[in-house]
Amino acid sequence: MINTLIGDIGHASVIVAFVAAIVSSYAYFMASRATVELSGDDSWRKLGRWAFYVHGAAVLMIIFALFNIIYEHRYEYYYAWSHSSDHLPVHYMISSFWEGQEGSFLLWVFWHVVLGVVLINSGKKNKTWEAPVMGMFSFVQLFLTSMILGVVIGDLKIGSSPFILMRDFMPDTPVFAMDPNFVPADGTGLNPLLQNYWMVIHPPTLFLGFAATLVPFAFAMAGLWKGKFHEWIKPSLPWAHFAAVTLGIGIMMGAYWAYETLNFGGYWNWDPVENAVYIPWLVLVGAIHTMVAYNRGKSGLKASYLLVIASFILILYATFLTRSGILGNASVHSFTDLGLSGQLFTYLAAFAVLAVGLLVYRWKSIPTTDKELTTYSGEFWVFIGAIVLCLAAFQVLFTTSIPVYNSFLGFIGIESNAALPADQIAHYTKFQLWGGVAVAILTGVGQLLWWRKGEKSSFVDAITIPGMLTLLFASLVIVLSKMGMLHETMNNPVFIILLVASLFAVFANLSIILSLLHKKVTLSGGAVAHIGIALMLLGILFSSGYDNIISQNTSGMVYSREFPDEINHDNVLLWRNTPVDMDKYSVSYHGQFQEVIGVPGYVNRELLFPTPDPYKAIARGPIKANDKVYFETGDTLDLYSPENTFYQVQYKEREGDKTFTLYPRAQVNPNMGLLASPDIKHFASMDLYTHVSSVPDPSEEKDWGELQEYDLTAGDTIILNDYIAVFNGIEKIDQVPGVTLEPGDVAVQADLKIFGERKQYHAHPVLMIKNQMMGRVPEEIGDLGLRLTFLNIDPENNKFKIGVNASQKDYIILKAIEKPFVNILWIGTIVMGIGFVMAIVRRNEGKAKAKPAAPREKKRKVQAA
Amino acid sequence: MKKTHIIGILVIAVAIVIIMSSVGDASTYVSFGEAIELAQDGDMTKVHVVGRLKKDTQGHIVDMNYDPLVDPNYFSFTLVDTNRYEQKVVYFNPKPQDFERSEQVVITGSMKNDVFVADKILLKCPSKYVEKEIQQNTASL
Repeated sequence: MINTLIGDIGHASVIVAFVAAIVSSYAYFMASRATVELSGDDSWRKLGRWAFYVHGAAVLMIIFALFNIIYEHRYEYYYAWSHSSDHLPVHYMISSFWEGQEGSFLLWVFWHVVLGVVLINSGKKNKTWEAPVMGMFSFVQLFLTSMILGVVIGDLKIGSSPFILMRDFMPDTPVFAMDPNFVPADGTGLNPLLQNYWMVIHPPTLFLGFAATLVPFAFAMAGLWKGKFHEWIKPSLPWAHFAAVTLGIGIMMGAYWAYETLNFGGYWNWDPVENAVYIPWLVLVGAIHTMVAYNRGKSGLKASYLLVIASFILILYATFLTRSGILGNASVHSFTDLGLSGQLFTYLAAFAVLAVGLLVYRWKSIPTTDKELTTYSGEFWVFIGAIVLCLAAFQVLFTTSIPVYNSFLGFIGIESNAALPADQIAHYTKFQLWGGVAVAILTGVGQLLWWRKGEKSSFVDAITIPGMLTLLFASLVIVLSKMGMLHETMNNPVFIILLVASLFAVFANLSIILSLLHKKVTLSGGAVAHIGIALMLLGILFSSGYDNIISQNTSGMVYSREFPDEINHDNVLLWRNTPVDMDKYSVSYHGQFQEVIGVPGYVNRELLFPTPDPYKAIARGPIKANDKVYFETGDTLDLYSPENTFYQVQYKEREGDKTFTLYPRAQVNPNMGLLASPDIKHFASMDLYTHVSSVPDPSEEKDWGELQEYDLTAGDTIILNDYIAVFNGIEKIDQVPGVTLEPGDVAVQADLKIFGERKQYHAHPVLMIKNQMMGRVPEEIGDLGLRLTFLNIDPENNKFKIGVNASQKDYIILKAIEKPFVNILWIGTIVMGIGFVMAIVRRNEGKAKAKPAAPREKKRKVQAA
Repeated sequence: MKKTHIIGILVIAVAIVIIMSSVGDASTYVSFGEAIELAQDGDMTKVHVVGRLKKDTQGHIVDMNYDPLVDPNYFSFTLVDTNRYEQKVVYFNPKPQDFERSEQVVITGSMKNDVFVADKILLKCPSKYVEKEIQQNTASL
């Protein structure tokens, strides 16, 4: 039965949320007017607050309704059908909730509600901010809820409702003409690449970061509007930190997901979708710096306004880029176009015009200082740092927007065929690497000057020791790289400059922490975060600048038909059970494995007898893991996700006995083909990143050779496909996997022992008589490329007829990359996060006596290929 | 002159360098004909070409060659651009796995001798993120 109630509840809640947002923003607007504020009448404010609470409750109701649709598998709804399926475990149902645009808007709306409630209740002491700030919040909510409104007025479609029924979404499908109550039996499932635990936590973190950028923006707007030109900085500073840390960690979670799940061989690809969040993050971090500088030196107020507003507008721009479909061919993973581009553009334009207009209108009234900053003051270098961050953001923004220029020129009638740079990594690295160098040096110099109160002589003292340590360590690293720490000597001057700059940032900030320890630990949040950034730069430098493809094809079989000079050796063909030498390893591929519920690790597919239900299989032998038997022969097993195949790849050190096994994964997906994900072996000094780049097409039937028949008696030896095989005889069996034997049925199996390269195989092809009919269950030995069929019994001569087909052996194409010191990148991310949290704690303490710390966080992705 | 002015001039200078350099790095969408002309002029900049795979009347892809047993790093195919010009393309990497399913292919690279050497292949599968079909044989209530 179609359950329309839950969708109606959801849709009604969307409308309630939308209307409540209108009421709330209007009421808060009225409450912010000077006359109302002076009169002491707080009825408008109360109305605004209650309307916001109603809005929040309605949002929770929408979320409940949508999750219920997914959780209860209500496939009459398009959202459940297109993003979920029966076999999806609960934690992935959560990620299917925000796989679609509507759900991710909802997530964003939800975080705004949470932050709004926190702001209403934490601002009790200082009620002056509530009305204008929350007015801005409600105004944003008005736009965001309109995106999921799903109301059609004439030709105008406002928003895309997640509660649309299948029959309304695809009214032309014939099945709905026959039966309007048709419900699909199963959903189409979650994109397999998103079935990853990072996809459960990465989107909420990122959207919390998105949402948190609204807080400083709302405060800045409130400050402009109410003429409190500098009072807004203090309350919004901890929020700006919070936004930067959640956004930064969210970005890095996405990077880790890409590293672990996608197979482009890294964590950052300069895809427009990645850039779209990187840009506002850089500007936001720049804004924090100018705000902190203003807090101490009372200069930089206008810059703070500019950057806070810019970071929020850039978040909206990122939303527009990734959701309007404008990226088109330029990105591989933007959202599907829902026809919301007009609405998204209105959202962007409304706030850009509002913010810029207000800023221009008030520009002359914003107090400035005539004080000129000296070169030896910390603030001066903080400003330079903010400028570098903004220039870096501008560079990424300019290139990422190329598809937008095309659309815009097309819109006004000029045809443009500009495309993103052919080699994006080289293009961005060229600039961002130098940005990284500048940032690293500035964190060191700026921090030292900030805490040394800008005296020339004490600065020289302060910089001496970190400078010496830097040169010492940099030389050490270069010497070690020559001695084999990296696969090549570090002799690229650009990389050496980045190494020196980053090391300097580490040591300079360490010296700050040491000198602050005896004062107050939380003061050093800035220094800690800066060390994190410097470590990230180092991690990026080593892992991307000195990665090493070890899967070099040296088989000698390569021939390049057109260009002998342009041969790519990066992928190696591995025959099953035939080891190939790679770097210091001997690598071999040992077959296809699957995940079975209740069994740790992976189970060889040869032990799994398929059933009509792809999620179930029957054990062909005892299922063992770590010498413990989990299932016996004939047991029915539940497969975790049958589209995932894990290819067992064994690495063995040629000099030494160390071995380890990796299971790179490939997923067969009817919509997306075969998707490969790597398996990564983590060493202290590097990651070994391995993925299959190609496998024989599983949808193609195996090409079996001609059937060879053998008449055998017990004890005979034959040669099969170059392997020696011994026929031991036959035995009667009581059970045949996948078949129920009834009284009167007989089943016998032949027992053959085959001597393979690595081990012996036992083949048991089955011959049975069921309901007077002869049935055969052949046995396939994938390792050897053999299929054996028990054809017949000749009882008079005591001979048995065995048929053998041979096939090409199974193979995979493999790529393996060493990523040196990639751990430093992840450690740096965590250190940066800790530094931010320390800074937030310290800002919230709000003790007037302590001088402001200098939390300056900068990050640069450098992908040097 | 105040320090802020010097910094302002520097910022503008850097911004101009960024813009100029980005414009220089930006690639273009061209047809194979234009790509061939570029190569004849000795211009080796990489371009984007949008096209479809060459198919026979039954819809099978023709002139596609990937034999990992011979060379896992060599893949060649024929692409038909929007002007219906057919061009052989080689790609020194394994064949992308969902290649056959793609409706539209965007390649990046340049012409060399008589073939287009691609270093990046972007596939556009209309079914990749939105599926518009439901299977009727799974009908149930």
